[in-house]
Amino acid sequence: MATETAVDVVMPQMGVSVSEGTITRWLKREGEQVEADEPLLEISTDKVDTEVPSPASGTLVQILVQEGETVDVGTKLGQIGGAAGAPAPAAPEPEPEPASVAPSEPEPAPAPAAQAPAPAADVSGGNGKFVSPVVARIAAEHNIDPNAVPGTGRGGRVTKQDILAFVEQGPPPVAPPAAPAPPATVPSAPSSEAPAPRPAPANAPSAPQPQPGEQVEPVSAMRRGIAEHMRRSLDTAAHVTSAIEVDFSKIVAARAALKKEFQSAYGVNPTYLAFVARAAVETLKDYPYVNAEMRGDSIVTRNYVNLGIAVELADGKGLIVPVIRNAEGLNLLGIARGIADLAARARDKKLLPDDVQGGTFTITNPGGYGTFHGTPVINQPQSAILGTYALVKRPWVITDESGNDAIAIKPIMNVTLTYDHRLVDGAYAGRFLRDLRERLESWDGTE
Amino acid sequence: MAELTYLQAISDGLRTEMRRDKRVFLIGEDVGVYGGAFKVSLGFQEEFGPWRVIDAPLAETAIIGACTGASMMGLRPVAEMQFADFISCAWDQLVTVAAKQRWRAGTPVPIVVRLPSGGGFSGGPFHSQNPESSFAHIPGLKCVCPATPEDAKGLLISAIEDPNPVLFFEHKHLYRRIKGEVPEERYTVPIGKARTHRIGKDISVITWGAMVFTAEEAAQQLENDGVSVEVLDLRSVMPWDKAAVLDSVRKTSKALVLHEDTRTGGFGAEIAATIAEEAFEDLDAPVKRIAAPDTPVPFSPPLEKAFIPQVDDVVAGLRDLAGY
Repeated sequence: MATETAVDVVMPQMGVSVSEGTITRWLKREGEQVEADEPLLEISTDKVDTEVPSPASGTLVQILVQEGETVDVGTKLGQIGGAAGAPAPAAPEPEPEPASVAPSEPEPAPAPAAQAPAPAADVSGGNGKFVSPVVARIAAEHNIDPNAVPGTGRGGRVTKQDILAFVEQGPPPVAPPAAPAPPATVPSAPSSEAPAPRPAPANAPSAPQPQPGEQVEPVSAMRRGIAEHMRRSLDTAAHVTSAIEVDFSKIVAARAALKKEFQSAYGVNPTYLAFVARAAVETLKDYPYVNAEMRGDSIVTRNYVNLGIAVELADGKGLIVPVIRNAEGLNLLGIARGIADLAARARDKKLLPDDVQGGTFTITNPGGYGTFHGTPVINQPQSAILGTYALVKRPWVITDESGNDAIAIKPIMNVTLTYDHRLVDGAYAGRFLRDLRERLESWDGTE
Repeated sequence: MAELTYLQAISDGLRTEMRRDKRVFLIGEDVGVYGGAFKVSLGFQEEFGPWRVIDAPLAETAIIGACTGASMMGLRPVAEMQFADFISCAWDQLVTVAAKQRWRAGTPVPIVVRLPSGGGFSGGPFHSQNPESSFAHIPGLKCVCPATPEDAKGLLISAIEDPNPVLFFEHKHLYRRIKGEVPEERYTVPIGKARTHRIGKDISVITWGAMVFTAEEAAQQLENDGVSVEVLDLRSVMPWDKAAVLDSVRKTSKALVLHEDTRTGGFGAEIAATIAEEAFEDLDAPVKRIAAPDTPVPFSPPLEKAFIPQVDDVVAGLRDLAGY
C-alpha cells in the first residue's frame, strides 16, 4: 500500500526497560523506495541490536536522525511518503537528561478518575459554614467564632490560612458584623447561652500589662547593646561551629611546672585560657582568614592579632570583650598577664573605651561551670570566635609505638571554632583546629 | 561522586556488598550467565563465580526456600525475582516461613528479595504490578521502594545488613530514566526513614517509587498557581516513617497520598487512615488518594496511561485540594 500520506518512522520500544536507542545504519537513502516490512534501518539498544522494518511502502522522503545518534524511544527518525520536508517537525530533541528529573510524558492522558465531587460545603444554611478540624482547633485555641472569619475556601469556607491571618491581624476593620449589643430585655439569660462577646484577639498594639507573678525591669543600656550586637551578628554572618577534642596532658604538666614561678615572680596565674590563647594566636599566623573581616566588597586580613577575651560582669549583668592588643608579640606570661589585667578591670568597671575596640579575633570561655560544648556568636565584624570549655578527665584511646590500643585517663577539653562561612570554609576551619590541637598537645614547656 | 542510573546504582550497591562480605550471594533466574533480565548483575558471575551468582531454575518457591535456608545457616542471600509479579509463586516460603521464622524459633532470616516492579512500558498484567501493600501487610517482612539512585544503593546495602527478610522494590520505569549523583563509597540509607523530596507549605504529597517524579512535576505546575507543594518520598513502606508524614501534614494541613498500586487496600489507605486518626485536628481538607483503579494492568498503551496516575491527574487532585 504505497502511501501518499506521510508515515513516521519512530524509534521502537525494544524491551521493557529500554528508553533509548542508537541508529547504527540506515539501509535506505533519502528518496529511495521501500516496501512495507522491508528492513529500513539498524538500531542498537543496551539490550539488543536489531533491524527496524519499514512501517509502510513508499519513498523514504526524509531522514531526521543520522547514524550514530542516540535518541529516546518514540522519537521520529524519518518519514515515508508525503511531501518531503513539508512539516519538518520536531527536530530530534536534545537528550533531556538532567539528573533525577522525571521523564515528561509527551501527551498525558486526560484525567481518568472522576474528580472528587466538591465537598458539600454548602452546609452553610443559616450561619453555620463547614468548619474543618484544624480551623475548629485554632478557633478554640484563640477563642474565635469561626463564623466571624471571612472565608476564601470553597463555598466561602474558612480555610486554615484565613483563620491564621485573622488571628495575626485581628478582625478586619470593616465593622464586626452587628456586635450583638445584648438586648436589655434578657438580663437573666444564663451566661453560657448569652452571645459571647468576642474577645479581642491578640492584636493589642501596646505592651501587655504584667500578669500576676511577673516582674518587670527596664532593659539596661548594656543589655540593649548586647541584644542589638548579637542579633546583628546572626543577621550578618553565616555561623558554623566546628569542635575538636584536645588532650591537655602536656598543658596540665606545663601549668603545674610554671604555676609557682608565675605566681611568686609575677603574681600571675597561668590559666588554661592563657595557654589556649597563646596557641591560638600562634596558629592564626597560618590562617589569616580566621583573623579577618569582610569589609564591604573586600576581605581584610592582618599581620597582627588584637585578641578579644569575653568577660562576664558580676551578677550576670552582661558581657564585655576587652582586647589584648598585638597579642602576636606576647609570650605565655604576657598573655596571662593581659587576660588577668583585663578581667580585673572589666569587673571593676575600669576599662577604657579603647580597651574594647579594634579586636580581630575573640576567645570565649564558657566552660567554667562545666559545659563541654557551645556555639558562641561571632563578635562582629570579626570572622571567628574560639570557645573553650570544661577540662574533664575522660577514658581515652591511646595507641603505643607498636600500634596497640589502650584506654588511658586523659584531661580532655572540647574546643570550638565558630566561623563566618561567608569567609571561612569548613575545611579551612578544620585545619585551623587541627593545628591548634597539635600545638596544645605538643606543648614543650618553653613558651 | 559518579553519576549513575538507578539501575547502575543497584548494581553498585550489590557489588559493594558482595566484595565486602563473602556471605552475600545472588540467586535468581538468568542472573548469572545472562547478567539478569535487566542486566543488574552483568559481569557478576565473572567476578564472583558461579557459586555466588547462581542461575536458579524457573521456580520462585525454590529460590526463596533456598535463601531462607541459607540465611539460617549464616549466609546473606539476595534473591532476584525476574519480575516482582512472580513473587506470588513464592508466597508460602516468604510469608509462612521466612516472615515468621524469627517469631516462631528466634532464628533471624536475613534475606533480600529484589523485585523489579512497576509499569509504564506496556508490560501488561504479569509484568507491571506494584505488590508492596500485599507484603507490607505481613508482619515480619520489610518493604523498601527507593526512588533515586542514591537511595537505591544505600537502601540495598541497608537491606542486606538487616537481620529480617527485606523486599526491595526496584521500579523498572526508573532503571535507565533516572540518573543522579551516587557516592562511590559504601553508605547506608536507613530503612523506615522518609526523605523530603521537595519542601512546600500548602499541601503534602506522600508517595514513593516512580510516583515521586510524577508528584514533583505536578508540584512544579502548582507552583505557577502560587501553591507550594511538599513532596515526601516515603522510601520504605514497611516500616514507614509515620512521624515524617504527620509532621508534614501538621504543617500543611492538606494531604494527598499517591501511589501506582491499585487503590483499594493499597498502602495509601493505611497512610490516609493514620493521618485521619492521628492528625485529625490538623486537617483543613479531606485526605485525598490518587492511585490506579482496581483492575489488572492493561497492555494497551492508552489504557495503561489511563491506569497509572499521570502528572495531569496529580495536578487536578492538587488543584482540588488547593481550592478546598
